[in-house]
Amino acid sequence: MRKHFTLISQYLIGVFFGFGLIISGMTNPQKILNFLDLTGSWDPSLLFVMGGAVLVGLAGFYLLTKRSQAFFGGVLHVPTRRDISKPLVIGSIIFGAGWGIAGFCPGPAIVSVGSGQAKALVFVIAMLAGMWICERFFKAHKQSA
Amino acid sequence: MQINWLEFTPGPALLGGVILGLAAALYVHLHGRILGISGIISGLLTPKADDVTWRLALVFGLLSAPFWAVWLFDMHPIQVIDSDWAAVVIAGLLVGFGSAYGSGCTSGHGICGLSRLSPRSLVATLSFMLAGFITVFVIRHLIGT
Repeated sequence: MRKHFTLISQYLIGVFFGFGLIISGMTNPQKILNFLDLTGSWDPSLLFVMGGAVLVGLAGFYLLTKRSQAFFGGVLHVPTRRDISKPLVIGSIIFGAGWGIAGFCPGPAIVSVGSGQAKALVFVIAMLAGMWICERFFKAHKQSA
Repeated sequence: MQINWLEFTPGPALLGGVILGLAAALYVHLHGRILGISGIISGLLTPKADDVTWRLALVFGLLSAPFWAVWLFDMHPIQVIDSDWAAVVIAGLLVGFGSAYGSGCTSGHGICGLSRLSPRSLVATLSFMLAGFITVFVIRHLIGT
């Protein structure tokens, strides 16, 4: 029974996160590219998205220090690494370049597949291929975020 | 720098951002994990026991968000995708590879990482933002007209 609640919660948080992406405008690639276009006609909206998210997130993660395990059970899988590694920087630069080409990052791209965008579907398939190449050839084991 | 006041939407951006932050905070309290979309997706490519269904549940939530947004709130996202098919494929490959190699994307590093005050995520976020700025500058102002 608990397992079902866990899955329903996963699903609902996915929907809720998707709402956030849609409302904020993150699912519109043109809006992302207008934010990244500092020397053109710049749309600063994304700063407000990040600001709002991090403000709430700071409180959320602060409260997490009072918790020893997850509500649905199990240990907290919070990253502990603090080293600034080469893969971290190089990977992030490659990610940013891809983000700047089409204006899609992983979350909004998945949501856009759900709204029936054919180009988003092609993007996600290519993204999965890129992830697979990395997992297969560049990493023995990975740790997220 | 010239601000594009017509496209600037601080209200929805802030509201959407707060929802994203709430979702990320709820997620780590309920499920004990970082709500990093790239990590959750790439985990599906190297499946371990008991590790697939929850990832799929979250992805289905993201995929169905546009449906619920229309059904519940009559909210139709505006999406303008200017990139051609080749650009979409290249962008997808780079985003997939880069987010896997750099252990995170806009959600894992950008929202959760900054909220956790993680130095790794700060470096990652600055790296992908800078790469995004440069890429858009090259595409729109050096190559484009």
